[in-house]
Amino acid sequence: MIRPDAELLLEITDLHAAVEDKPILKGVNLQVRAGEIHAVMGRNGSGKSTLSKVLAGHPAYRVTGGSVRYRSQDLFELEPEERARLGVFLGFQYPVEIPGVSNLEFLRVATNARREKQGSEELDTFAFEDHVREKLAVVQMDPAFLERSVNEGFSGGEKKRNEILQMALLEPVVSILDETDSGLDIDALRIVAGGVNQLATTDNATLLITHYQRLLDEITPDYVHVMAAGRILRTGGRELALELEQTGYDWVDKELAAQGVA
Amino acid sequence: MTSSSTKDLVSQPYKYGFVTEIETDKIAKGLSEDVVRLISAKKEEPDFLLQFRLRAFRNWLTLEEPDWAELGYPEIDYQNIVYYAAPKQQDKKASLDEVDPKLLETFDKLGIPLSEQKRLSNVAVDAVFDSVSIATTYKEKLAEHGVVFCSFSEAVKEHPELIERYLGSVVSSNDNYFAALNSAVFSDGSFVFIPKGVECPMELSTYFRINSGDTGQFERTLIVAEEGASVSYLEGCTAPMFDTNQLHAAVVELVVLDDASIKYSTVQNWYAGDENGVGGIYNFVTKRGQCRGARSRISWTQVETGSAITWKYPSCLLQGADSVGEFYSVALTNNCQQADTGTKMVHVGPRTRSTIVSKGISAGRSSNSYRGLVQMGRNAKGARNYSQCDSMLIGDQAAANTYPYIRSQQPQAAIEHEASTCRISEDQLFYLQSRGIGFEEAVSMMVSGFCRDVFNQLPMEFAAEADKLLALKLEGSVG
Ligand SMILES: Nc1ncnc2c1ncn2[C@@H]1O[C@H](COP(=O)(O)OP(=O)(O)OP(=O)(O)O)[C@@H](O)[C@H]1O
Ligand SMILES: [Mg+2]
Repeated sequence: MIRPDAELLLEITDLHAAVEDKPILKGVNLQVRAGEIHAVMGRNGSGKSTLSKVLAGHPAYRVTGGSVRYRSQDLFELEPEERARLGVFLGFQYPVEIPGVSNLEFLRVATNARREKQGSEELDTFAFEDHVREKLAVVQMDPAFLERSVNEGFSGGEKKRNEILQMALLEPVVSILDETDSGLDIDALRIVAGGVNQLATTDNATLLITHYQRLLDEITPDYVHVMAAGRILRTGGRELALELEQTGYDWVDKELAAQGVA
Repeated sequence: MTSSSTKDLVSQPYKYGFVTEIETDKIAKGLSEDVVRLISAKKEEPDFLLQFRLRAFRNWLTLEEPDWAELGYPEIDYQNIVYYAAPKQQDKKASLDEVDPKLLETFDKLGIPLSEQKRLSNVAVDAVFDSVSIATTYKEKLAEHGVVFCSFSEAVKEHPELIERYLGSVVSSNDNYFAALNSAVFSDGSFVFIPKGVECPMELSTYFRINSGDTGQFERTLIVAEEGASVSYLEGCTAPMFDTNQLHAAVVELVVLDDASIKYSTVQNWYAGDENGVGGIYNFVTKRGQCRGARSRISWTQVETGSAITWKYPSCLLQGADSVGEFYSVALTNNCQQADTGTKMVHVGPRTRSTIVSKGISAGRSSNSYRGLVQMGRNAKGARNYSQCDSMLIGDQAAANTYPYIRSQQPQAAIEHEASTCRISEDQLFYLQSRGIGFEEAVSMMVSGFCRDVFNQLPMEFAAEADKLLALKLEGSVG
C-alpha cells in the first residue's frame, strides 16, 4: 500500500559495491516506505542477490560508494547481527546447511536476539515451543523440521519454507526475500505467498526478488523494479511485471546501450 | 571481512595463568638413581614401591623417546627438570582447617572450592598441587560405602596390598618411554577402589594444578572397580603461564572386573602457550583400562583444549567376554598447539564391543591428528568396532590428520570406520549472523553442534563447562 506520508524505512542512494575488486553494484537508488511491497526483477547476474547481501552485511561484499539509511540510521555502521536485531531480514536465495546446530535452538536464539531489541521478554525453551508452533502454521510446516539441524538435508522447497518461518518469528521491519518462490511446487508457492501476505502490515515493507509473475499473482507489488548491470534501470507499477512477461529483457540491452553502459 | 572478524577482537587471556606464591620443598634438578631413591625416601615408601621405581628407571634408560607422532618440539633436557616439588606444610592435614589457606584460595580461584561450606554437593574432589595431593573431600562419607578415594601416597600407606596388587598391572613400567619415566618418579595422584557390588554414591574428581615453573608433573592414577561395581570419575587440570615449557607425564590405570564399569572423563586445560607458541605444557600421557571381567565396561571421554603438545591415547584392553570399550574425544587446537591423540581398542575376548567417536577442531596454525588402533585378536569372535572421526577446520592455516590403524586376526569381527572433514564457512557464519546471532556465538554454536555426540557423554555439570571452554579457546581464531 502506497502512502506518501508513511515512514521512510530504507533509503538507498547511489549504492556501489564490489566483490573481490570486481564492481557489481553501480549506483542503485531505491526508497522503501512502510506498508509497501516492492518487486525486484532482472536478468541472471544483474546484481539482485548482491544488493540483498550488501543490505544484510555479507563480509565478502565491499561497499565502494553511496549510502543506505535504515530508519534514518546509517546501515553500514551496523554489524550484520545488529541489522537483524533491528528488523532487517534477508530470506536467502540459497539457504546454507548448518550441520549439528539444532533448528529449534537456532530459531530460539535468533528470536530472542530480536525480541530483546523489541523490548519483549525472552522466551525460554518451553514458551518458545508454543510460540514456534503458532508460527509453523503460517507456512504449514511440519514440526518435525524443528528437530533437525538447520536446513540439513532439507529439500529446496523446505529450505524456503524455513526461511519464511524465520521471517514469521523475527517480525522484521524490512524483509528482503531473494527468490523465495524458486524451488517451490505450486501448492507450496501459494502457502508461502499466503504467509508473506499475512505478515505484511502497514508498518513493515517487503522487497521481493523474483523472476516470475506467478509469485506476483499471489503477492501484489506496489512497485516493480528492473535491475540491469548493477543498477535499477526501470521502475513501474505491477503492470511492468506483466509487460516483462510478454517482452522479456531484450529492451534492456538497447536501453543500456543508449545510456552508454554495454 | 568487516569489523566483525574476530581477528579484531581481543583474545581472552588464559584465566588460570596465575602463580601461587608459596614456599616449596624442592629437590635439585636432574634425574638419577639417587633422585629416584630420594623421592621414595621423602615419601617413606615401602620397599616394593622403591623396587618398582628402580626397575622403571633402569628400563627408562634403555628406552627411546617416541618420534612417530605428528609432533615437532625441541629436544627435552631431562636433566633440567625438577622431579619433586611439594608445598611446605606439616604432615598430612588431619582436616581441611590445617591446609595452608593460600592453597585453598588457589583452588577457590580455579573454581574448585574445597572448604566445607562451599564445596560441590555431589562431587568428591582430590586436589593435587604440583607433586602432592593437598586435600580430598567427602572421604568419610565415601568410606561408609566402602569406597576408597584418596591420594596415591595415602593409599600406599593405608592400602599397600591393593597398590602392590594393581600398580603396573595395566601399564607396565617398561610400556613406553614416558610411562617408564612416570613409574620411576611419580609423586602423587589419586587412588580409587570400589568394592564388589557398590555403585559409587557420588562423582569422583581429581583436579591437577601445576604451579612451579621448572617442575615436571608426574601423577599416577589407579582406579579399581570390583565385580559389579561402578564409578564415574572426572579429572581437570590447569597451569600458570610461563614462557618455558613444563613436562607433564602421567599414567592412568583402570581395572574393571566382571560386570563392573568405570566412566573416566577428562577436561584438559593445561596452559597452551601464547599465540606464537611460546611456553605451554608438554603433555605425554599414558592412559589404559583393562576390562578383565566378563561384561565389564570402560568409557573414556576427553575434552582436550590445552597444552602446547598433547600425546595421549586412552585405551581399552577388552579381555572379558562381552566387555565394552568406549572412547569419546574432542580435541581442540588453536594458535601453535599440536595434538596427536586417539585411542587403542584391543579386542581379546569374544563378542567384545568398542565405539570410538573423535572430533578434532583445528584453528590458527595448529595441527591436530587422530591416531587410533583397532585390534581384533584370534579369540575375538563376534567382536565389533565402530569408529567415527570427524575434523573441523577453522581458517585456512590449520591442519587435521587421521591415522586409523586396523589389525584383525579374527575373520568374524566387524570393523566399521567413518571419517569426515568440514570447514566452518563464511556463509554459514553469515547466515547465523543475519539472524541476529553474534559472530562469537555463531562460531560456538557450530562448534558445540559438531561436538554434541561427545559432550552428551560428559557428566551433566561438566557438559556446559566444556561448551564454554571451547568457545573461550576459540575467541579470536576465526576471521
Ligand atoms: N562472491 C562472488 N564472487 C565473485 N563474483 C560474484 C560473487 N557474488 C556475485 N558475483 C557476481 O556478481 C554478479 C551479480 O550476481 P548476483 O548474484 O547479484 O546476481 P542475481 O541478479 O542475483 O542473479 P540470479 O538471478 O541468477 O540470482 C554476477 O556476475 C556474479 O557472478
Ligand atoms: Mg540471485
